[in-house]
Amino acid sequence: MSIRVGKAAQAAAFPDAAKPLLNNFQIRRNVRHATEVIRNKRANVVGEMPDWEALRDAGHAIKQHTLLHLDTYLQQFEEACTRAGGIVHWATDADEASRIIVELIRSKGEHEVIKVKTMTSDEIQLNPSLEAAGITPYETDLADLIVQLGNDQPSHIVVPALHRNKAEIRELFLREMKLDQLGDTAEDLAAAARAYLREKFLRVRTAVSGANFLVAETGSVCVVESEGNGRMCLTLPETLITIAGIEKVIPTFRDLEVFLQLLPRSATGERMNPYNSIWTGVTPGDGPQSFHVILLDNGRTNVLADDESRDTLDCIRCGACLNVCPVYRQTGGHAYGSIYAGPIGAIVTPQLLGMEHSQSLPYASSLCGACYEVCPVKINIPEILIHLRGKVVHNGDAPLEERMAMKVASLALGSSARFSVAQKLVRIGQLPFQSDGKLSGIPGMLAAWTASRDLNAVPAESFREWWAKRKKGQPA
Amino acid sequence: MTSAREQILTRIRSAIPTGERPAARDVHNAVARQYSRVGQLQREPLLELFEERLRDYEAGVYRCSEGEIARTIATVLAARAKNGLVIPSSVPRSWLSPNLSFLADDGLCYSALDKVPGVLTGCSAAVALSGTVILVHTPEDGRRALTLIPDYHLCVVFADQVSETLPEALGKLQDQAAMPITTISGPSATSDIEMTRVKGVHGPRVLDVILVI
Repeated sequence: MSIRVGKAAQAAAFPDAAKPLLNNFQIRRNVRHATEVIRNKRANVVGEMPDWEALRDAGHAIKQHTLLHLDTYLQQFEEACTRAGGIVHWATDADEASRIIVELIRSKGEHEVIKVKTMTSDEIQLNPSLEAAGITPYETDLADLIVQLGNDQPSHIVVPALHRNKAEIRELFLREMKLDQLGDTAEDLAAAARAYLREKFLRVRTAVSGANFLVAETGSVCVVESEGNGRMCLTLPETLITIAGIEKVIPTFRDLEVFLQLLPRSATGERMNPYNSIWTGVTPGDGPQSFHVILLDNGRTNVLADDESRDTLDCIRCGACLNVCPVYRQTGGHAYGSIYAGPIGAIVTPQLLGMEHSQSLPYASSLCGACYEVCPVKINIPEILIHLRGKVVHNGDAPLEERMAMKVASLALGSSARFSVAQKLVRIGQLPFQSDGKLSGIPGMLAAWTASRDLNAVPAESFREWWAKRKKGQPA
Repeated sequence: MTSAREQILTRIRSAIPTGERPAARDVHNAVARQYSRVGQLQREPLLELFEERLRDYEAGVYRCSEGEIARTIATVLAARAKNGLVIPSSVPRSWLSPNLSFLADDGLCYSALDKVPGVLTGCSAAVALSGTVILVHTPEDGRRALTLIPDYHLCVVFADQVSETLPEALGKLQDQAAMPITTISGPSATSDIEMTRVKGVHGPRVLDVILVI
């Protein structure tokens, strides 16, 4: 079985990947600025909704319910979509999904496809598979286009080019679109993308899209977007291929009333994103006349089987948890070595890939809980992170230093005599590293801890020692 | 070899407790929905809210009575320096001023649509709270490409089509849920550059709304 989450399989462990990024001041500035903007916008539009908590509760309840009846709803979706003229395919893993897509495009005799933002296609690394088959994919979402033209990696779930600022994007467009001149406002850059892609929208006959929601009741697919590139890809080509994770299904059309309120306010801090498209199978005289949906497992059923982390599959990919995460805000998305970055990435990636990969990710968090607080479907990310850390330790995959430290700690804490001896030893040992009651720059296995934190020194006298020394009857 | 479909369904069934599951429909009906489904605003504050939210997206908003639609369309087009628009074939003739040229869509090809000065449509529902108009792509609201390829969209919304909340608006469309549906909230925009909403990428870069009261 092949499970891929972007390029995660070859990625470095989080602390190693984060180090150079922490020294890249340009990226850090860009990430901090962008996340700051979006956090404030989100807070404003969420603050004006008196029923926000009730919407979150409903979103969570609907998702939880759907997962417990996932087989029922997927079959219902398949039946309704098929009845409306769509063709439903199932793919157990990344290779199978890529193979189906490549074959569909080949069968139409096409060599180009336009794509609308689909994380799932990045997850299965579709673009390299297409290119290997002689098919050129054109990303049409502005941020995806920036990433593709720059031969870069996405760094955010909603805004993949968040790590790039205006000036960098302008340079890139001038070079890659072979433009003689280009203004420097965001409007100028958007206009350049419009001109560059319009010809492709009108010419290319096959599109690949993702899906935000699959509606079981009607067999409909819903795509949430801003620019209109989604509508272009969903409307103009002759053939549309939609790839969606099996967890994207929701029971009814009515359920959209919950998610279409939660998602835009959480994702881009807007009351509503400019466009939502909802379509069902094939409509004669309107839009693609050949429509395929690929339902992808790729590790999702393993997550489903774990009671304690099943809620991971509730995620609607809004990215709000990235924007508030103190770790993401320092490192940006590339440190996570996966297209799923930030707190949600730290729980999605290791579970889809299997715990033997990316096991540093559950530790890429301070467990502060900000992600849980903003999650529109109330995924308790800190709790799942702790659960996954437990799995790492249980599998015996915890770092050697941590295992040794735990052994030593259990020995020292096991008896009061040993504890008191240990205290005395540490008091002597810590002397060279101590200043103002804090320890820093400790070598060996504590180096990682003290490299970025102060550790309180063991005090000259412990409470127990003071208690034993004090005269009987003396006031405490 | 079992098909991928069977494999996935089997994996799902072994992953979740399926033994004594109540019917999905019953559990789904029992989901608590404590959020606001029905709006509280009176008609005038409701329409004001809708206008304010549309303007927030930098959409143009005009008000008129039903008898003034044709004249208002002419005024708006004059302000936008346009002398005609493409229309879905079912747009009421009473909207169309004889001094302007309107081209009924009889299946125009995409490159022809790329050259028209804009499009005029009605809509099927609207949401005040989020400044959203909803098109159901019937002959009245036009096929999807019609309101997508042209760079300008003029949309006529009747006051009684405006709901305060999204649940109310989608509720009205339940019977048409399997038609293609597009919700439109302001002109095409992107937040991809430094997370700031910028007007105008691939969809119509200008959206005007005529609110008929």
